[in-house]
Amino acid sequence: MIDVLINITLLAFLAITAVAIVRMTNLFAIIMLFGIFSFLSAGLFVVMDAVDVAFTEAAVGAGISTVLMLATIALTKDQKEKHSKSHRPWLPLATVIVTGAALVYGTFDIPAFGDPEAPAQTHVAPHYLARSVPETGVPNVVTSVLASYRGFDTLGEVVVVFTAGIAVLLLIGGRRPKANVRKNEREENDA
Amino acid sequence: MTHNLILRVVSKFLIPLIIVFALYVQFHGDFGPGGGFQAGVILSSAIILYALVFGLDAAEQVIPPTILRILASLGVLLYAGVGLVTIFLGGNYLDYSVLGSTQIAGQHLGILLVELGVGMTVFAVMLIIFFAFAGRGRP
Repeated sequence: MIDVLINITLLAFLAITAVAIVRMTNLFAIIMLFGIFSFLSAGLFVVMDAVDVAFTEAAVGAGISTVLMLATIALTKDQKEKHSKSHRPWLPLATVIVTGAALVYGTFDIPAFGDPEAPAQTHVAPHYLARSVPETGVPNVVTSVLASYRGFDTLGEVVVVFTAGIAVLLLIGGRRPKANVRKNEREENDA
Repeated sequence: MTHNLILRVVSKFLIPLIIVFALYVQFHGDFGPGGGFQAGVILSSAIILYALVFGLDAAEQVIPPTILRILASLGVLLYAGVGLVTIFLGGNYLDYSVLGSTQIAGQHLGILLVELGVGMTVFAVMLIIFFAFAGRGRP
């Protein structure tokens, strides 16, 4: 019963935050609301007993990505969204409503939350739950699945993170040439 | 923000706690929630807090960008290297059971090492990305 109450409260706050994000024009405030949105999602994950996911959402979604987005607006130095006069909302609105309706229709086929007969619960999950401790000695099944049973997938994820770091370094990392040097280069090119 | 006394004092108090918590999440991931990904992010947030309060140059003196690049590569190498070691010891790739005297000991050591690799790479990459973004704004 208390779970339902907490769920409804958190989902209501999520919806309010989402509407506020859509209606705001100050980018700084929007980024702060993004952080709150992530934190509320983390709360929802805790209620669903997915503490590892909640942990990641709170640390990455509410923490690091907020800082990175703040760093980005500090670079672009333009805090107001610009609204063009010729903005027509009807086509995007129709697209969003049709897509949203299709997605909601799709959820009708999803098994109920926590359904023991769901395919996800009947395939390999019972094996992991029953044999994690005797096979790996790790009581947290999430860790044993992530690092041992699915170690190859996690290696792929780490390589993805590593590749992201390399890509950022290649695109905007390293020292920029000084402004006057670049100006001279441009003048030389013009000449 | 470098002249704000309250921020400086509070963050000096908080940063060690954040680092200890990150280490706890890293090495206690077998028993509680957490693991390399979360620990890496938490540890990097400690350095990011330091950079926000004391300035980017001070933070780059604490952890030079060269070391970050080495750490990011070392994490992936450690993870992939554990897999290669298990092949040489006669198991499959990333089959940690052959690492120890018993299956449980091997699995324990293997999971500890790969989580450490994950933590190192995530920590270093988060800081690399933050330094790259924040460093662009420097005059």
